[in-house]
Amino acid sequence: MDLLAAFSEAFGLITRLDPGFVAIVGLSLRVSLTAVLLAALIGLPLGAWLALARFPGRSLLVVAINALMGLPPVVAGLIVFLVLSRSGPLGSLGLLFTPSAMIIAQTLLVLPIVISLTRATVEELWSEYRDHLTALGLTGFRAVPTLLWDGRFALTTGLLAGFGRASAEVGAVLMVGGNIAHYTRTMTTTIALETSKGDLALALGLSLILMTLTLMINGAAYAASRIGARFAGS
Amino acid sequence: MFTRRIFLGLTMATLFSASAIAQNNERFIVVSSTTSTTDSGLFNHILPLFKAKTGIDVRVISQGTGQALDTGKRGDADVVIVHAKSQEEKFVAEGFGVERKPVMYNDFVLIGPKADPAAVKNTKDIVAALKAIQSRSALFVSRGDKSGTHAAELTLWKTAGIDIDQAKGPWYRDIGQGMGAALNTASAMNAYVLADRATWLNFKNRGDLAIMVEGDTRLFNQYGVILVDPKKHPHVKAKDGQAFIDWLISAEGQRAIGDYKINGEILFFPNASQPGA
Amino acid sequence: MRASPSILPMIVDAISLQREGATLLDQVSFTLPQGGITAIIGPNGAGKTLTLRLCQGLITPNSGRVVWTHNAPMRRAMVFQHPVMLRRSVRANIEHTVRAIGGDTKRIDAALSRFALTTLANRPARLLSGGEQQRLAIARAWAQAPELLLLDEPSSQLDPGQTRDIEMLIQQLAADGITILMTTHDLGQARRLAKRILFFNRGRLIEDNTAGSFFTAPATQEAQTFLTGELLT
Repeated sequence: MDLLAAFSEAFGLITRLDPGFVAIVGLSLRVSLTAVLLAALIGLPLGAWLALARFPGRSLLVVAINALMGLPPVVAGLIVFLVLSRSGPLGSLGLLFTPSAMIIAQTLLVLPIVISLTRATVEELWSEYRDHLTALGLTGFRAVPTLLWDGRFALTTGLLAGFGRASAEVGAVLMVGGNIAHYTRTMTTTIALETSKGDLALALGLSLILMTLTLMINGAAYAASRIGARFAGS
Repeated sequence: MFTRRIFLGLTMATLFSASAIAQNNERFIVVSSTTSTTDSGLFNHILPLFKAKTGIDVRVISQGTGQALDTGKRGDADVVIVHAKSQEEKFVAEGFGVERKPVMYNDFVLIGPKADPAAVKNTKDIVAALKAIQSRSALFVSRGDKSGTHAAELTLWKTAGIDIDQAKGPWYRDIGQGMGAALNTASAMNAYVLADRATWLNFKNRGDLAIMVEGDTRLFNQYGVILVDPKKHPHVKAKDGQAFIDWLISAEGQRAIGDYKINGEILFFPNASQPGA
Repeated sequence: MRASPSILPMIVDAISLQREGATLLDQVSFTLPQGGITAIIGPNGAGKTLTLRLCQGLITPNSGRVVWTHNAPMRRAMVFQHPVMLRRSVRANIEHTVRAIGGDTKRIDAALSRFALTTLANRPARLLSGGEQQRLAIARAWAQAPELLLLDEPSSQLDPGQTRDIEMLIQQLAADGITILMTTHDLGQARRLAKRILFFNRGRLIEDNTAGSFFTAPATQEAQTFLTGELLT
């Protein structure tokens, strides 16, 4: 297929907001944003705890979580698949091949990033704030809200990185979502499918959206660090 | 305090978003099927008709035949539609499926570059064509993914008296992927490839490829449909799944299948009533 | 807000502190009278900052104790040599402190105006100048309504003009009845501010004297040597 024709058709899909196209983009965003929110809810407190707690095996846990940041998406997908399959331990929930399964898989991918970054951020802030907060009686968990809030710019960057990872991955959502038309078909799985069908226009249009999204994420991350530097001196 | 407020907000947003996704009281069944049925556009044509009649949404997972049967075995699908009769019968015999019903057939075609380095264009005999490809070591792309098409290809090699495990060399490219990927690969390398006609007709990135051999009865490809046995997996939506099967083999469903055409060509020939299919 | 009158609200009783085999404080005992400014002086490593941190309760001694002669420990606030500026506005820094100790939120704006920070209230604290940051640190401490204010080298980072401003603030706080215990490297500052001097050397309290006597007629040989500007070994 002519590349130029594919491009012009792709632009057409975007500019006239083709409903099928919009639905795919919408589902992708909904799944990835929910996954990032879930990962934040779990990962921020867990990362803060890991930063402040001292227990045997802590270093091992820190290294393990750092390593999990590189967890291959297909492995995360496989784990979720095995757990959620009707023959798996949580099969009775009937979640395999649903958007919920994709959210779970992406949460698993984003979580190590959030935990790891939160731990590093909170640990660094704690070593700086320790005297001041201790003098105010804010030790242990009572220090966490202050540390998370003051790490907000770094943490925002981390969450954006997590969102980038979630929205760009294809292996896990393909496995656990099943790429069902109008139901679990995301931007990345559609790109893979349409390319295999030799239909490059839709694939190209979605790629353009994905790349724009990536650009926006990076812009936002840059802005967060700039704002952090300007308004918080961090 | 700020942080607490943010956490609260995040929690609310997540619950809202999660419930928005979870809230799906739609009636649906999950069908695991082969890539050919989806990639060809057949399901896009017939499923809306079925939904309009019954209100049941059919969610199709498209996989290779082997994988599609596995999905049924694990209980992750309610209905299986594949094209490998012996495997289907084994699936039922092992108690995973209730009954196999023939639905339709399509046919395979041998695709190759217009230059035709193995000189197979004028034959109707698929076996002779494969022998020519092998003897001239012309590039050939194999699905290699245990799909129905892959199984059919292996059977044809055997019919040609060629032990492909022995005979394969650099000319034989085993890619382990779906039909579309195999066609893309063949298009890029100007290789021969065995494809189902439906996917071929729907395939747009043809490059220099064209149909080389077609019409040999050994290229016919029978599809069967099976309800996953609720005795094995109690959660299977037997009633709605059976409704879908009944519709597929009814006169109305068969007509819908036969009506699906690309460029005036029928892709799948309904034959639910043909004995022994 | 003031504590009931007592001459000796805090007694430091035979405190010793060891860390990793080294003795950092050795049998330190002194009493702190209500009100006024007491300066802890001495060469580096004398134990000045450690003593402040003990009084604030940030570290616990290996032996000895801090005795509060009132029923409860005095309300204390400490200003560190390098004050931590939270990554927030000036106002939010004070607010954070007040809320952390469950203090009176009316003191937030009072602190801003008292320490001439009102116009800087919305500026990020970390972008203030050194003098402004020190003022904010003291404002934050004051907002806790302390009875005892512990100041660690309050002007070590400041130029002479800023130092003069901070010294005036300290004197005003003392005039309000807040007991002040501070460390300083600056003998002139100790002379200008303190009523009383605690002279430390190598973890021991060498001399506990009024400022007048200490600077004119030190009672110990070590203090004499220190005051002449020679190195104590």
